[in-house]
Amino acid sequence: MTTISHEYKRVFVWEVPVRIFHWVNFLALFALIATGILIGNPPALMSGAEATNQYWFGINRFIHFAAGYIFTLNLVYRVFWSFMGNKYANWKVFFPFSKKRRKNMGHVLKSDILLQNPKNSDFSNISVGHNAVASFSYLVFFILVLAQIATGFALYADNATWWFPKLFAWVVPLFGGDALVRLVHHILMWFVIIFSIVHVYLVFYHDWLEGRGEVSSMFGGFKFVRKERVDTKKDLND
Amino acid sequence: MSISKKKPDTYYESIIKNGFSRRDFMKFTAFMAAYLGYETSAIGQISEALKTTPRLPIIWEHYQECTCCSESFIRTDHPIVADIILDKVSLDYTLTLMAASGHQAEAAKKATMEKYKGEYILCVEGSVPMGEDGIYCCVAGKTALQQLQEAAAGAKAIIAWGSCASSGCVQSAKPNPTNATPIHKIITDKPIIRVPGCPPIGEVMAGVIVHVIAFGKLPELDRQGRPKAFYAKRVHDSCYRRPYFDAGLFVEEFDDEAAKKGHCLYKVGCKGPVTYNSCGSIKWNNGVSYPIQSGHGCFGCSEDNFWDNGPIYERLTNVPGFGIEANADKVGMVAAGVVAGAAAGHAIASTMSKRKEHKERVDSGKDVEKQVD
Repeated sequence: MTTISHEYKRVFVWEVPVRIFHWVNFLALFALIATGILIGNPPALMSGAEATNQYWFGINRFIHFAAGYIFTLNLVYRVFWSFMGNKYANWKVFFPFSKKRRKNMGHVLKSDILLQNPKNSDFSNISVGHNAVASFSYLVFFILVLAQIATGFALYADNATWWFPKLFAWVVPLFGGDALVRLVHHILMWFVIIFSIVHVYLVFYHDWLEGRGEVSSMFGGFKFVRKERVDTKKDLND
Repeated sequence: MSISKKKPDTYYESIIKNGFSRRDFMKFTAFMAAYLGYETSAIGQISEALKTTPRLPIIWEHYQECTCCSESFIRTDHPIVADIILDKVSLDYTLTLMAASGHQAEAAKKATMEKYKGEYILCVEGSVPMGEDGIYCCVAGKTALQQLQEAAAGAKAIIAWGSCASSGCVQSAKPNPTNATPIHKIITDKPIIRVPGCPPIGEVMAGVIVHVIAFGKLPELDRQGRPKAFYAKRVHDSCYRRPYFDAGLFVEEFDDEAAKKGHCLYKVGCKGPVTYNSCGSIKWNNGVSYPIQSGHGCFGCSEDNFWDNGPIYERLTNVPGFGIEANADKVGMVAAGVVAGAAAGHAIASTMSKRKEHKERVDSGKDVEKQVD
């Protein structure tokens, strides 16, 4: 028998809509980045071919626009769910306004980012849903992709007949021209890529260190939490 | 000088007096209606307006510019266009083309400004230097700024010809030593039509003036003050090489096989995809050609600050603050690499720093493993 008894309870954290959002978001972003890089710098794949028989760049752009629509609608759906879902999906999670969240932020920065080992472990520091740093990073990500949506649809608006892309037509005069809008759209893509690298790495890190099902939670929805943590009844989101 | 006449001729009268036939006149109106994007019923409206409207007094100012706008204008592809505007619109003041000079010219301008107060159209070619109290550009002993403010005060509307007047063009490129300023940033209380381009297409210029004459009001403008009829579409979207773009067939270098075949110039820096103009449909020099058709990418000359919008022959714009050769992808790849490296460093550091905590969990897991069978 071990000296330390680790008793875990299974918590249902990510509801089905949250998980669907996450994977649609991933697929859309993957498609957007892949096609976006090709649009920015198309490779000379078909240089010998006849134009009549080719349309790959048009299809590539179509995928980019379609994925952009899916990405945007998916985000709208997630915002809607932040008012409907459980407390881990709630919009309040993403704003570090409460004292508890700021304390948790300090803890995560110290323990997980700067890799310090706090002497007295406080069970209330264990986060069940997003930790405070992660949820704040999703707020930053949200603002980042709003800018991507605005600049993307602004570039698209002139050839669109639907009113939705035209909602963003004001962005071009704001920047003074398409050239700068395009550059901003391109640079922000790299921020999305960097976000993704950090996000995936930290998920792996938490799963490796804590063994609480961080990775699998986005498939099955469950996380495992120490019994003591559940007993403290001090949830970040309460 | 036309201002000395009691009752100025209508456009039609002056065109006929000038030796054109009515047939020529009707061709011209049909031509203009087509350029402006109107249906055929507008032809009658335009010709009627030109028959009954007295000629519009115009003051045409030249400030910091190269006169390429005027040059483009007098090369419009229908002779009446040039004639109507330059010979027959009562162009009461234009430094380059008027017969009078010196005090006579200035007197003519002053007379027009007084006689047609609130009626004349002020056309401005060139930007206005605002630095050093505007001494970089003086006409008749006054700075361009003073000239502009005086002329604008009684104008019905202002047409900012070309990129100089509508966005500053080359003289406002960084570091903009004379603080060259476009017209709409100086005059804010008058309707201003921006007609950018370096130069604008002659037919576009004629179309704008004909619209003002024929309908008595400004053409419909977009959010940036440009006539929608001519600046609503990107050069890219009306480009005859567009099928090559969609097929993914690109010129890699200017002398390669693809360039000879006339493939898309996207990768050699064509600014067509970010430039709003009518070059792809109206073209230049009597519809003969336009830059892309001649094998050179679009320069983006009708876009704001096009001189500062990055290298001409490269697709990607330089990222400000990262040196001359750093484009968005290079900076992004380095940044992503640094972040990935930092993550790897963090992973290695965490195996050391969190050694105890991790070992504890692994050990307790192994204990449980032993209990199973």
